[in-house]
Amino acid sequence: MRMPAPDDATIARKGEIVRALRRIVSGEGVVSEPPALVPFESDGLSAYRQQPIAVVLPETTAQVSEVLRWCQANGVKVVPRGAGTSLSGGALPLADGVVLGLSKFNRVLEVDYANRCAVVQPGVTNLGITAAVEAQGFYYAPDPSSQIACTIGGNVAENSGGVHCLKYGLTTNNLLGCELVLMSGEVVRLGGKAMDADGYDLLGLVTGSEGLLGVVTEVTVRILPKPQAAKALLLGFPSVEAAGACVGDIIAAGVIPAGLEMMDNPAIRAAEAFVGAGYPVDAAALLICELDGPEAECAELTGHVRALAADRGADFVKVSQSEAERLSFWAGRKAAFPAVGRIAPDYYCMDGTIPRGRLPQVLTRIHELAAEYGLGVANVFHAGDGNLHPLILYDADKPGELERAEAFGADILKLCVAVGGVLTGEHGVGVEKRDLMGEMFDPTDLACQQRVKCAFDPGLLLNPGKVFPTLHRCAELGRMHVHRGKVAFPELPRF
Amino acid sequence: MLDEALKTLKPTSPEEVQEIVAEAGAAARSVAVIGAGTKRSIGGMDRVDALLSTARLDRIVDYAPDELTLTAQPGVRLADLERLVAGKGQMLAFEPPAWTRLLGARGEPTLGGVLGANLSGPRRIRAGAARDHFLGFEAVSGRGEAFKAGGRVVKNVTGYDLMKLVAGSWGTLAVLTQATIKVLPAPRTETTLLLFGLPDVRASEAMTAALNGPYEVSGAAHLPSFAARARPLKAEMPVTALRLEGFEASVAARAEALYAALKGFGRIDELGAEHSRDFWAQVREVEAFAGDPRPLWRLSLPPASGWKGPHALPGDALYDWGGGQAWLLSEEPAAKVRGVVRGLGGHALRLRGGEAFGPREGALGELQARVKAAFDPLGVLNPGRMEGGA
Repeated sequence: MRMPAPDDATIARKGEIVRALRRIVSGEGVVSEPPALVPFESDGLSAYRQQPIAVVLPETTAQVSEVLRWCQANGVKVVPRGAGTSLSGGALPLADGVVLGLSKFNRVLEVDYANRCAVVQPGVTNLGITAAVEAQGFYYAPDPSSQIACTIGGNVAENSGGVHCLKYGLTTNNLLGCELVLMSGEVVRLGGKAMDADGYDLLGLVTGSEGLLGVVTEVTVRILPKPQAAKALLLGFPSVEAAGACVGDIIAAGVIPAGLEMMDNPAIRAAEAFVGAGYPVDAAALLICELDGPEAECAELTGHVRALAADRGADFVKVSQSEAERLSFWAGRKAAFPAVGRIAPDYYCMDGTIPRGRLPQVLTRIHELAAEYGLGVANVFHAGDGNLHPLILYDADKPGELERAEAFGADILKLCVAVGGVLTGEHGVGVEKRDLMGEMFDPTDLACQQRVKCAFDPGLLLNPGKVFPTLHRCAELGRMHVHRGKVAFPELPRF
Repeated sequence: MLDEALKTLKPTSPEEVQEIVAEAGAAARSVAVIGAGTKRSIGGMDRVDALLSTARLDRIVDYAPDELTLTAQPGVRLADLERLVAGKGQMLAFEPPAWTRLLGARGEPTLGGVLGANLSGPRRIRAGAARDHFLGFEAVSGRGEAFKAGGRVVKNVTGYDLMKLVAGSWGTLAVLTQATIKVLPAPRTETTLLLFGLPDVRASEAMTAALNGPYEVSGAAHLPSFAARARPLKAEMPVTALRLEGFEASVAARAEALYAALKGFGRIDELGAEHSRDFWAQVREVEAFAGDPRPLWRLSLPPASGWKGPHALPGDALYDWGGGQAWLLSEEPAAKVRGVVRGLGGHALRLRGGEAFGPREGALGELQARVKAAFDPLGVLNPGRMEGGA
């Protein structure tokens, strides 16, 4: 993975750039000394590190606007950053760019229960929103694993999911509005507290745009009344095929569980050794199925799911009998990544989505690939929606292992696309999957997306080097490839 | 308005769509993009040279009930799609309306039209809009380029979410040639609780109370007496309706809990499953306003203040989406309607009687125009349809 060659002339202007930023944001709001920049070198994709020219931490929308306007006028690239938990390198700094951190935007501005929404600043954590509303019986539904740390601004940028998105949707399905600052410094408001867009749905477009279209400075999210009850089931199966078939049966029975997760044997063992959640360590596959709603519904559906699992040969069935037990069932799944981190020095988390029916085939192939690459792999899987998280185990201190892990990961993602799936279900493209975009999209598809980028940021200064494998200048993309004379004009059979 | 004498082009393949759009661009001509044309009366449009109908792109490409996905060409009729998925106990959860009677239109709405207009029914409050179920597409941009976006799986963040942009773009950016949507299990049963005689403000409070509790309300509407007279209600007073859907035991338990929560709002009746389905079909189709010649507005407002819009604007109104969608028949000037609604934090779409959209203004208006130009720089597709007037 290579970033675009940094512009040495911009790097040489560090002094001038830092002074300009200090004029806009005073005091500690501009970080420029190399030791102080270390925490900003990387995000959750820690294999990549880069020091930016400086980090600016504004406190107001006006400051964000001024920073962006100055950077645009002076040709300085900007990388927006929330908590830096991106798993795809979305917040990876550029050597010739400034990092714009939103960590000081950390206030809940308004909770409007009558309209079931909250207006928050982008630096509020995902869990912080729920914390602000739970006393009144509400919560914010999307729950990425990093929810204790990740910010809502980052969630908007990445369109984050979580284990509950099968039933409750991704970030994009839970937003009502935002305030967005364009690279030009212009401030626009998209949406509000009303449903549906006025004109083009730019809120939907900006969500998941990975910080390439604008900087979000305020977000209005939907909040939901908490379900009355929730129950979790642990279902152990003697084969991955049986577990996969059971998932299909549950959906076919008309049940959309609040969460439906699968772990393969290596993941089960790692998690059990780490937290002792009571998982069946001999099972080939484990399903964790959560059902929520009124008590009566939980009871009825628990019965359905148990019966379906039994029909598919589940030889381990446990239903949570208390809230504490339900949480303990989840503890293993939620700790799967750190648990795997204990059995290998490093791991690399993939994020493809596949049509669920192809799961046995894909898992078999992943294990074959693991043998070919000589690396271990553990699989956790949002089984309900087909989002696969293979964790590739490697040791970065052994020469060549990181490269092998990356090549293995790329093969897995190509496999996902080949069976009708996609490169990323919830982690984003970032720098990590950027060079694989050609597996899914042809040059025309990518040009259409890049022209959207040009409509928002014609100078390509906002988070460049992410998402798109090739940077095209906007003037070049704008050119029409159909010209007078090249088609049936002037006969014009149709016109 | 469109000239009925215009030639209608009916391509039968994506390649032919591409040729037509490329030719139109090369010849500086423009087309109106239609499915069955049932929403053609909505919004203004500049003069066009032909109609481009997707009616003959009408193939179901792949229906995978286990994967909760359906891929089809845009000219497939909505009614056919709904029959198909109902056969597997599934549904289009966003409950798309047809509005044919409402708009006095002929023909059968198509998938492409539903997505192009982002049409969603009463279940919008719980299941989301058409845009929330739109997973991927193939299309031809106004540049005459065939392109695709999204995928055919339910969870995907690869590349920009152009589905959100194309949903509700009223055919101004691209002509769909194929779309993948998410389908969901249909509820086993439903019931509707009815409250009687509540003034709008009180009805709003009742709907808010219902939506703010753990009852999973999937429809919340308020009809004034003129709209409540029709079957199956036949009421002579305003009616506030709250729908519950799902598995039998769950619906029964939630109905009981909601009943208790709403005691303070007076008499409560219950509509059985069959009547409940009829009733919500009427709400979805805004039946009460069909055939009325007055200008028709759809006001999108913060739900709890939904009633404030119509109260500031003389005319007749009814409410869906817990108050978040107010239907208004009013002779008030467009600028006044839009101004009042904007002041309340919402926006207004005119479905009959003039331009659908208000003027594009400021930095946001310029951004919208640049997005249009990114896909259709020559203005080939539905020119002027979203640019707005008064």
